[in-house]
Amino acid sequence: MPRNGSSNSLGLLDRSLVFITGKGGVGKTSITAALGLLAAKAGKRTLICEVDAKGDIARHLDCEPCGFVPTEIRENLFLMSMNTEEALREYLRIYLKVPVVAKLGPLAKTFDFIANAAPGVQEILVVGKLCYEVREARYDLILVDATSTGHIVSQLASPKGISELVRLGMVKDQVAWMEDILYDPSQTSVIIVATPAETPVNEALELADRIDNETHVHLGALIVNKVMPELFSRSEEEFFILLQEPKAISVLNKVIPGGIGLLLRGSNAALEMRRCADPYVERLMAGAGAVPTALLPLMFGEGSRMKLVRDLGEALAAEWDDFLWQA
Amino acid sequence: MAGIAELLSDSQIVIVAGPGGVGKTTVAAALGFTAADLTGKKVLVITVDPAKRLADALGLVGLTSKGSQVSASELDDAAGHKVAGRLFVAMLDAKASWDELINRHAPDVATRQKILSNPIYKNISSRFVQSHDYIAMETLYELYRSNQYDLIIVDTPPSRHAIDFLDAPGKMADFFSSKLLRWLTIPARNKLLMGVFKPFYQVADKILGAQFLSDVAEFFLLFESMYPGFVERAKSVAGILENHSTSFVVVSSPESVPMKEAEYFISALDARHLSLGQMVVNRVLPSYFRDPGAVLQANKVQDGYELFATEFMKKGASLEFIKTSEFSPVRMGALAERVFLEVADSFLNFSSVAIEEAYEISKLPIDDDQITLVPHLNFDVSNLKSLGKVAGYLAMGSGSPTM
Repeated sequence: MPRNGSSNSLGLLDRSLVFITGKGGVGKTSITAALGLLAAKAGKRTLICEVDAKGDIARHLDCEPCGFVPTEIRENLFLMSMNTEEALREYLRIYLKVPVVAKLGPLAKTFDFIANAAPGVQEILVVGKLCYEVREARYDLILVDATSTGHIVSQLASPKGISELVRLGMVKDQVAWMEDILYDPSQTSVIIVATPAETPVNEALELADRIDNETHVHLGALIVNKVMPELFSRSEEEFFILLQEPKAISVLNKVIPGGIGLLLRGSNAALEMRRCADPYVERLMAGAGAVPTALLPLMFGEGSRMKLVRDLGEALAAEWDDFLWQA
Repeated sequence: MAGIAELLSDSQIVIVAGPGGVGKTTVAAALGFTAADLTGKKVLVITVDPAKRLADALGLVGLTSKGSQVSASELDDAAGHKVAGRLFVAMLDAKASWDELINRHAPDVATRQKILSNPIYKNISSRFVQSHDYIAMETLYELYRSNQYDLIIVDTPPSRHAIDFLDAPGKMADFFSSKLLRWLTIPARNKLLMGVFKPFYQVADKILGAQFLSDVAEFFLLFESMYPGFVERAKSVAGILENHSTSFVVVSSPESVPMKEAEYFISALDARHLSLGQMVVNRVLPSYFRDPGAVLQANKVQDGYELFATEFMKKGASLEFIKTSEFSPVRMGALAERVFLEVADSFLNFSSVAIEEAYEISKLPIDDDQITLVPHLNFDVSNLKSLGKVAGYLAMGSGSPTM
């Protein structure tokens, strides 16, 4: 089934709100950080919001973990970590004009409880805060290091869910403008990240379907991360294979004292890993339809995490030359 | 013999936990295979959302919270010998399990129907993330009490934090026994008290609307009728975590981010006085990447690849493939250079990862015999035979894997 890609020429990061999701362990956080650095460098006032506040993004950007209030960690780059309790307080302060929520004492606690108990409330608080920031327009771009594939749909669909549950009241009214932001392809988009293995690719494609079917959010791109680089060209690989014939090995042992048996073994393992991953790269590309894709190489761990993030950013910029933003 | 074998023979319940994306489900299934093979037990593996090929490998068709048996002859084939035990698999169906729970606890048909059709309930049972953790525990408890299996291995649901699973029953009990819950149901129960809480209701009403509040109130009122049974139940469910015969296996891949979460989980187990059985580090690079001699050779080749290539072309001129090549000697020389350099570069790249992995593993705050390494596999677990291979690594126990 063909998937609808972005038909307009709007760049991915020209939007105001971009969610980055994918199965756990695929590298969402490093890709979010890389996009954030790229956007900030391009002069966009960028806010990165970490939803599953584990503080990982701070480690990727080589700074101290941030709280709910955005902190500028470098020029044009702001970082915040989502906290539903504080989002609720902020909400009450803004909309109910309740000056000191603390004064309410048990009342605030009760709201907190409802937020935990009533399904969808947590999600709407997260999405509500993000949409609020979009509306306030203090940033050019908000990048969301979102929850993993299992939970993102309930977040993106939360305005719909809430409007089914809550048929009256202020929340109901507010859902409308949130949906206007969330479901506008020129404002909001989702990037799904996968690695070239069975479950991440399956989950990515399933999620792409669910985003199409259960939400009206624009799917901006699919990324295959940690793709094993091609070791050899075809003729190099042939040479490499012939190099391992017994006679060639004995020549090798004379030429390189001590031999390179383990090195060859390592290359064979790398080739095998690549061969194992290839079908999944293909499956994802095929399943992406018209949605833009990018392949990002497996980065080897030499150097700092920050360097890895920069390298990723470079790889992304190279892959998506004029797709990230309009010239 | 390794810790895993003892663990599987001593336990009645094994809970497999860890961060997402580390191969938890595969490890849980492989543990089931190992257990059936080594202990001769009747083993059940409860999975949550297995990859399609793994599900196919296990012969799992659709959701089935009751166990279905993995073909004994295929199991024997995969193991290469007669497997003494039997292996069953089940897949958690959260919605159906919730409904079943309601059926069991509802005092009468009318209440049951009302709960099942309450919008809040529908939401909780199908979408509410935490409810999956609880219902997995609940299903485990039910199966454990049924005494049908000698060993039950649970693959925990993917949650934001692995730790959520441990707290699920406690949270559920708190949730339903909370005083605040009573507040919510006051309007429906007591007109007099309503006055006291009026400010709260006015604010809540303004934000959420009366309809929603009354749905919430109805839900909790209905649940109240099941409340004593439910809280009791949640407590018993929590209790099985503390059984002597329950052990935890924490799975992680060797990268620093998941390892950090795994470490956190281990310390959380400790804080709850629950004991860690084994830590399985999955997808570890083979140890030869860390061989100091090989690293030395790789550096040597990286520095002198041009020279080595020239020498190789000279001394290997009589080699069949060089003699008969359609390429010119110059072109062959260039190929040799690039291959030598690529082999050395690639080795050093993997070597740096392997060294980092080893460091992450050495940092774990547990004894070596509590750590089992499973190597990075060059195949998908798409049939019982490949699952059997993983099981083989688990059975080998702690030690450095090679490929």
